[in-house]
Amino acid sequence: MLIGGAAIWLSVVALLLYAIRQERRRFSEAASGKLILWGGGIFPSVTLLLLLAFGLWQMPSLRPAAQAATAGGLRIEVTGKQFWWSVVYRRPEAAPIVSANEIRLPVGERVELLLKSDDVIHSFWIPALAGKVDMIPGRTNRLSLLANKSGSFRGPCAEYCGTSHALMAFSAIAMEPAAFREWLEAKARPADGAARSGQRLFIQNGCGACHRVAGSEAQGAIGPDLSHLGSRATLGAGILPNTKEAIARFIADPDAIKPGAKMPAFHMLPPQDIEAIADYLKGLQ
Amino acid sequence: MRTVGEPLPLAERRAQEERLRAVWDNPSGWRYWTSVNNYQVGLWYASAAFGFMLFAGVLGLLIRIQLAVPGNDFLSANAFNQVFTLHGTVMMFLFAVPIFEAVAIFLLPPMLGARELPFPRLGAFGFWSFLLGGVFVCGSIFFDAAPSSGWFMYPPLATGEEGVGADIWLLGLSFIEIASIAAAVELIVGVLKCRAPGMRINLMPLFAWYLLIVAGMILFAFPPLIAGDILFEMERMFDWPFFDASRGGDPLLWQHLFWIFGHPEVYIIFLPAIALMAMIVPTFAQRPIVGYSWIVLAAVGTGFLSFGLWVHHMFTTGLPQISLAFFSAASESVAIPTGVQIFVFIATMLAGRVTFSVPMLFGSGGIAIFVIGGLTGVMVALAPFDWQAHDTYFVVAHLHYVLIGGMLFPVIAGVYYYYPLIDARRLSQRLGRLAFWLMFVGFNIAFFPMHLTGLRGMPRRVFTYPGDLGWDWLNLISTVGAFLFAIGVLVVVTDVLRPKHGRPRGEVNPWNAGTLEWITEPEENWGVRSIPVIESRYPLWDQETLARDVNEGRFLLPDAEEGRREGLVTSVLDARPIQVQRVGGTSCVTIVSAFSLGAVFVALTFHWWLTALACGVAAFSAIVYWLWTGTAEIPEKPEKYAGLGLTLPLYSSGIVSVGWWAMFITMVGDGTAFASLVFGYFFYWTIHSDFTAGLEGPGLVWPLAALLLFAIAWSLMIAARFCNSRAMTRVMRICLISSFLVTCAGSLAGFWGPWSYNMDPTSHVYPAIVWILVIWVLVHAALGAVMQLYCMARSLAGMLTEEHDMDLHNVVLYWHFMLIAAVTAFAVVGLFPLAH
Repeated sequence: MLIGGAAIWLSVVALLLYAIRQERRRFSEAASGKLILWGGGIFPSVTLLLLLAFGLWQMPSLRPAAQAATAGGLRIEVTGKQFWWSVVYRRPEAAPIVSANEIRLPVGERVELLLKSDDVIHSFWIPALAGKVDMIPGRTNRLSLLANKSGSFRGPCAEYCGTSHALMAFSAIAMEPAAFREWLEAKARPADGAARSGQRLFIQNGCGACHRVAGSEAQGAIGPDLSHLGSRATLGAGILPNTKEAIARFIADPDAIKPGAKMPAFHMLPPQDIEAIADYLKGLQ
Repeated sequence: MRTVGEPLPLAERRAQEERLRAVWDNPSGWRYWTSVNNYQVGLWYASAAFGFMLFAGVLGLLIRIQLAVPGNDFLSANAFNQVFTLHGTVMMFLFAVPIFEAVAIFLLPPMLGARELPFPRLGAFGFWSFLLGGVFVCGSIFFDAAPSSGWFMYPPLATGEEGVGADIWLLGLSFIEIASIAAAVELIVGVLKCRAPGMRINLMPLFAWYLLIVAGMILFAFPPLIAGDILFEMERMFDWPFFDASRGGDPLLWQHLFWIFGHPEVYIIFLPAIALMAMIVPTFAQRPIVGYSWIVLAAVGTGFLSFGLWVHHMFTTGLPQISLAFFSAASESVAIPTGVQIFVFIATMLAGRVTFSVPMLFGSGGIAIFVIGGLTGVMVALAPFDWQAHDTYFVVAHLHYVLIGGMLFPVIAGVYYYYPLIDARRLSQRLGRLAFWLMFVGFNIAFFPMHLTGLRGMPRRVFTYPGDLGWDWLNLISTVGAFLFAIGVLVVVTDVLRPKHGRPRGEVNPWNAGTLEWITEPEENWGVRSIPVIESRYPLWDQETLARDVNEGRFLLPDAEEGRREGLVTSVLDARPIQVQRVGGTSCVTIVSAFSLGAVFVALTFHWWLTALACGVAAFSAIVYWLWTGTAEIPEKPEKYAGLGLTLPLYSSGIVSVGWWAMFITMVGDGTAFASLVFGYFFYWTIHSDFTAGLEGPGLVWPLAALLLFAIAWSLMIAARFCNSRAMTRVMRICLISSFLVTCAGSLAGFWGPWSYNMDPTSHVYPAIVWILVIWVLVHAALGAVMQLYCMARSLAGMLTEEHDMDLHNVVLYWHFMLIAAVTAFAVVGLFPLAH
């Protein structure tokens, strides 16, 4: 398409320059009329028809119908929020696994994604794996993904969704099927090895009203699920490295990092408390 | 009818010129601004649009500064979002569309051999509305109150936007859209009814053809957006849930309505620029255009196709693949007529001998850029490609290639080409070339890399981006290019604005062009000295003595004996002269109407209900005063001698008059807005299994009663017109008054349906959409009732008589449309739930 486009552009511009430069009137009106017919009418019609046929022929294979087989009946429900992603792995006959801002996929197996939103329109896009699909309040869009090789891919929000639209991304990590299933099993259980003092502060300061940490009193559903926050590749929906310092910084003043974020700032807490909470969250592997 | 008159003695010619000059003269001092002459209004309009363009250009530069390096903090997220929203909004609504209206108001009359457009005051009203709305929208950013949800305003983001930004967008732009529709009405009637005698429709300059098509497109494209704006503003102001999914609404309805407007809008912008090219190319090739009918058909085809493409802006919303395939095909097909138009230019150059000058430089540079935009357009029209490219910088590159190549460059070519009509001097060739190369090179440096940035995955509308994704150096290059481009624009501005008094006056037709606008002398305000009889597409080339004969007053209407501004009305297809029309002159009623109406919109934005009401009353009174004193005037004599052996009537009504056409065209636009609302009703029906959500409807009895009463009111209007034509004045008045009373009763019945069933429009979308349809009819019924009273008053004042019945004709025409709206609305809300 690129080469064809470049060739067409070059010939049109060459013709234009020639038409401007030519000195003698070498072309009769009839000959020029033929040029309009062939150059403006017939050539583009034929080219576009071929291109369209190719494009339409490609469509079903790029966007297979929803009922295509999915790996072990696994469905991943992704809900866009301002400005992060809620991710729920729904397996038949097992409890759903809730996560956020990171999607893991088995290599070589088709997975169906259910894409939703409950505030404004977002758009789900992993450029390396497939085209984008919008997440529209009141509708559920489906996308079936197939990762051919393992690796980590960035996925930005593609539909403008407000102040921090630019700061809304996620990582998609494609894993070997066996490793993927192992990972899924591990995430079905609460994280262990949590720092006790941090957990107490987390609960005391009311973080649990919005966030959920599996296996603890914190069962909020407004903000991202933090059950295994420590093991995620990035922090704050793909905008910070997942380190203890970054977590502390985010807790102290989310709005400075992500303008328009709904989480209130906690800079009134003593720094050592924030650090303890960060320690606890980083420990949720 | 003879084709040219006898030469007149010099003294008499001078006396005629004196009278003409006095009649068409501009007032001086501050009253200059009350002028309604098409040259002044066109020039103000164009200057204002260019001013807004420069403002939006500066916003564009702010965007480029912010994105020059990753993680930049030059602008805050909130400021950036306001800036990019306003950049798009201003460029689209305050520059790209109005500049064409401006150029058309300026150029169309001289090009058609007319003295004026048919409704000069309407043109001035449109300009003042545009200026006020534009300043209101642009000014908001200085108060940190600009809209920030993108120029496309997708709900629920935009319906939930805090502050008044979104309201400023909705109300400010609705006001401007109304002005655009007013301009479209004026231009359509102008092209169809005010051409020089003999200028049959197939002899019209291509510019007029294009404008006719574009104005027609405006008529069908803008009303859906106005309908969308109404739904949107009802949701923001009164919480009616049209786009709220939790109460049965759907955000996608807005996307449909917006893009049914938004895609034709691209061609509304592009076609007039091509129209300028269609005037420039033949002049510089020094031969008539090759393939006149090809290019007209291609333009008509583009106009039609452009209404069937809107879904390609929605390829990622999850619509069924079959509809994606259909809209992909339609989107590809529009490339064909576009290609034809470009090849017509190339063929014309090939068949002629091209003298190269600055307008041609900008024109051909524009084509080179536009073709790239067209080719990437073909790519993104393929759904599978678009799934990747949509909402990335690839699309940003594409749209700027299309709009800057297809619109800005040709418009600047037009500025260089037509400047001698304003000032009798050419602009500088040297500065022109410099500006072109700066702009051409700067543009490509700025926007070509964006294709790559987009393919590397950079989404649009991001205020910042990470540095490790390979986007940083590309963005830096774009920023450098953008500044180069801006310097080029600045050179053009300098060239236009710098004082040129020292330079000698050029000749009247410096490029040796073949069309009529080049007869006019810039210092005279009368347009053409006398209205010529035309026999060819390029009269200045084919009718050798034409310019001399026109300026010696040897054609029609060479004088202004009665001291009135007069133009000729001709028939639609073959331009036979049928009437001498007296057009409105200098008046401040236009400014008062525009400003008081504008104040209504401003007051609504801030929810100052009482101020809005007061301004509404002022606007209403101003408009009624304007109509009463300025329209359907009864002339002092029935006909007058126009020259060349022609005696023409001074008054006409019904289908031959310009007023009837204006009403007809306005009501077609109005009907389109109503149709969009009805579309909304059925849209909700298609997306829900039970679209009433089990709620009560307005019942059957009251809607049908309303329907019947409106039908009676309509028949009484028909009877009134009939009686008037039979001079049965008393019966006519009885009909008018009874029709008024029946209209009031019908409105009450219409209102009583949803009211008596307690339909709460905030509870669910079903009652809300029923109420909107009913309210639409009620508002129109109120207008219809005012018109009935107006006719009554005119009759009592002796201004509506058996022969002078223009008002009644136009009001009956309004009532035809009123009847269609009432029948449709009440049948839909009353009967459809039963069928369901």
